[in-house]
Amino acid sequence: MPRFVTDRKKVHGLGSARSGTSHWWQQRLTALALAVLGPIFILLFARALGAGPDAALATFRHSAFGAFVAFVTLPVVIWHLKLGLQVVIEDYVHAPVLRTTLLVLNTLGSVGLIFYAILIV
Amino acid sequence: MVTSEEREPRRPLSPHLQIYRLPLTAKLSITHRLTGVALGGGLLLVLWWFTALAISPRYFALVDGILSSTFGGLVLLAAVWAFWFHFLNGLRHLVWDTGRGIENRAAERSAWAVIALSLLLTLVTALVA
Repeated sequence: MPRFVTDRKKVHGLGSARSGTSHWWQQRLTALALAVLGPIFILLFARALGAGPDAALATFRHSAFGAFVAFVTLPVVIWHLKLGLQVVIEDYVHAPVLRTTLLVLNTLGSVGLIFYAILIV
Repeated sequence: MVTSEEREPRRPLSPHLQIYRLPLTAKLSITHRLTGVALGGGLLLVLWWFTALAISPRYFALVDGILSSTFGGLVLLAAVWAFWFHFLNGLRHLVWDTGRGIENRAAERSAWAVIALSLLLTLVTALVA
């Protein structure tokens, strides 16, 4: 077993990063939520698109259902995207500084975008 | 002194992506990632639209006009296909997570189902919307 542990891991004594299970569950749960919310959101958005501001407001502001769907879907989408982009960065970006920078920007950007979406919707 | 060669011996690389012909299931796998990243772009367009709605009726008319123009429509149609593909292939992954459908033949069959249904649902969405 110690053969598979790198020098750095031996120093830290951590083995894996111990957050894989959490990431996995977050990805699946947001996926399940989006499997329901996604098609509903697309249908509402398609109906409101190109129909003028009054139709847009009627769909997403003056309808409790539409407002709820947008309010829940957008933050969940952003978090699901954050989890996915994280894996893409981890898989393809190997230069240590760039990798860490992108991972931090991904997390901060996603949290920022969630606040922005909640404010704007 | 430990050389880098001793620390990380040269191992054969397999499969070599430039030579190896990807099976259908592998093509779907990378397409799942590509559609996922592309849908991030679609999300930004949606947020742009909501931003315009919050700013002013004039700015909204501009953004709404761009997104519902022929060009905007084509971009959104591509995004709709990306959504249905990612949606269906995501369901495929959720089924796999229960330990079902992971045999070669079943995975191949569900791959074709994802391709066919994604095109069908894109067509339905375009007709309904």
